[in-house]
Amino acid sequence: MNMMSEAAVEAAVGAKTTAQPPIKMQGRLVNVSYGDNQALFDVDLDVRLHQVTALIGPSGCGKSTFLRCLNRMNDTIEGCRVKGSITLDGADIYDPSIDVVELRANVGMVFQKPNPFPKTIYENVAYGPRIHGLATGKAEMDEIVETSLRKAGLFEEVKDRLHTAGTGLSGGQQQRLCIARAIAVSPEVILMDEPCSALDPIATAKVEELIDELRVNYTIVIVTHSMQQAARVSQRTAMFHLGRLVEEGATDKMFTNPDDQRTQDYITGRYG
Amino acid sequence: MSDAVTPPAAVAGTGIQKRDIGIKRRYAAERRFRAYGLIAIALGILFLTALLYTVISKGYTAFQQTAISVPVTFSEKIIDPKGERAQNPQALMMANYPVLARNGLVRELGIDPKNKKLVSAAGKMLSAGSRVQLRDMVLADPSIIGKTLPVWILASGDIDSAFKGQVDLSVDQARRQVDDQQIAWMNQLAKDNILVKRFNTGLFTYGASSRAETAGVGVAIIGSLYMMGIVLVLALPIGVAASIYLEEFAPKNRWTDLIEVNINNLAAVPSIVFGLLGLAVFINFAGMPRSASLVGGLVLSLMTLPTIIIATRAALKAVPPSIRAAALGLGASRTQMVFHHVLPLAAPGVMTGTIIGLAQALGETAPLLLIGMVAFVVGVPASPMDPATALPVQIFMWANEAERAFVERTSGAIIILLGFLAVMNITAIILRRRFERRW
Repeated sequence: MNMMSEAAVEAAVGAKTTAQPPIKMQGRLVNVSYGDNQALFDVDLDVRLHQVTALIGPSGCGKSTFLRCLNRMNDTIEGCRVKGSITLDGADIYDPSIDVVELRANVGMVFQKPNPFPKTIYENVAYGPRIHGLATGKAEMDEIVETSLRKAGLFEEVKDRLHTAGTGLSGGQQQRLCIARAIAVSPEVILMDEPCSALDPIATAKVEELIDELRVNYTIVIVTHSMQQAARVSQRTAMFHLGRLVEEGATDKMFTNPDDQRTQDYITGRYG
Repeated sequence: MSDAVTPPAAVAGTGIQKRDIGIKRRYAAERRFRAYGLIAIALGILFLTALLYTVISKGYTAFQQTAISVPVTFSEKIIDPKGERAQNPQALMMANYPVLARNGLVRELGIDPKNKKLVSAAGKMLSAGSRVQLRDMVLADPSIIGKTLPVWILASGDIDSAFKGQVDLSVDQARRQVDDQQIAWMNQLAKDNILVKRFNTGLFTYGASSRAETAGVGVAIIGSLYMMGIVLVLALPIGVAASIYLEEFAPKNRWTDLIEVNINNLAAVPSIVFGLLGLAVFINFAGMPRSASLVGGLVLSLMTLPTIIIATRAALKAVPPSIRAAALGLGASRTQMVFHHVLPLAAPGVMTGTIIGLAQALGETAPLLLIGMVAFVVGVPASPMDPATALPVQIFMWANEAERAFVERTSGAIIILLGFLAVMNITAIILRRRFERRW
């Protein structure tokens, strides 16, 4: 599936400012409607490998809708229709030959509100690898769980209580548990839908730090309401307004010298 | 620290301003509403207490039964006068066992065996159930023939009622079931501890009988248990499967709306209609046996299904969508999502709904009348295909009996039924408490 050579990946990670990294996911003329309400109009957006792409814009602008198109979570919503093409490594994810379960194993998701399963911490992380058959034995599963929790920066805090309820953790820990759970199935892309909106500033800082570390191994798309957060964690930013993509570009440029007046107004807090 | 320096701030105004915003009226309304609530609860408790008091005060005596210890001589002359039992085993079946019991009592009371009238009166103090009891003893061990053994024989229903003080002795003896002579004997035997009240195990083991002292809810309990088993085996899986399909898989369109409306309506259909349906479909069309707990179980399953479906759907709906999103987001299939996450979380609600549905089915009478479960069944049903009755039907039948001894049995059976219902409801509450998860 991944056609890139290792050298290209290396180059992509290393090249932060010089050459553009290759495109991981690409949306072309994406139109989404819920029943009679059209939520997205002709959105063209590229998500680049090993970068954090932030989707910003006022409430109801369609940024979450676009995010949910990327792993077809919109399929679960009654009356939702998606038109246009979205590709992952060049393959159309809405093609009938693509299995949605396989897609979601490759494009993981972290939700707005931490939603751990009401099971133990261990079970939360082990669930994904288990249903996909990624571990052959207990030892291998233990390793996946530990690695995932380490990558999510949670292992040290919970290593003594892996078999206690995941719902007993604090909000920030729960969200990092959800990130560990998403990482455990080794996805290529992680979608985050306002992952810090239910967290306090300290937990937010930890999650943001984590996002920056995860970028090395994964491609991340994040929806956020916080301009500062978009500026801090992302390399590219896309501004949505009323279902249309207003502007997309390098985060530095978007926040210092946007082309569009609406972007300028939004990031300076004039509306939104 | 510097408060000595800063002058105290002046207090604005002159206390809380009095405004006419209807505060008195609002408090009065609240007090009134609380009073209504208290009155409603008090009335409820009053009626419940009255109900329990009537049932228990009338019924507790049914759990005791008067028995007489009679020295029975298993005389060969009476059991097998022709000495043919070796060739003809039927002889032991046909023997006149009540006479053995009567003769024993006559001897105990010291009555002249020649006095036919007194002997007959004494014999009527004993239950005719002695026939079966003594026959079974002889059949089990024929060597007791010729010996004399003390046997606890049930007193007749009338003596039992009289001994429990339920017969008005001020009435002229010609107009009551027990005459003064029998009362005198009863008191004499009671004084010698030969006639005593013992725990009534027969109430739980006997089947139907026209004699109150040998009538019990044994058959009815077995029939009810068979039916509960059938309802559980049929209605629970079908109901849960239907709810899962409707709630998690079915597209939301006009057809599923129609099905939902129909299920809700089915829950409100009078139960007797289900009885008619069972009569027409299971007995007349499918040719299943009448009075069988199998048919009863099928009918009650149909009746319980809507309850279970509604409860299960409510329980599934109560599982937060975020759990579903989390599972799907990890790449779980819809079936995995339901069976790994949603159903386990909904299980306490499903169990509660099922138990309440079962309790409802246990107390149901009307549909069972229509499929012939209102039958006089003496023998314990060996399988659900055999004729049986059900607890509430047994209560219904006993309530139609005239004898005084059946009145206490009716209430006694009601206590047993209420006991079962209480156990089931308490189980439902405990299950819900124990397995309820918070998220």
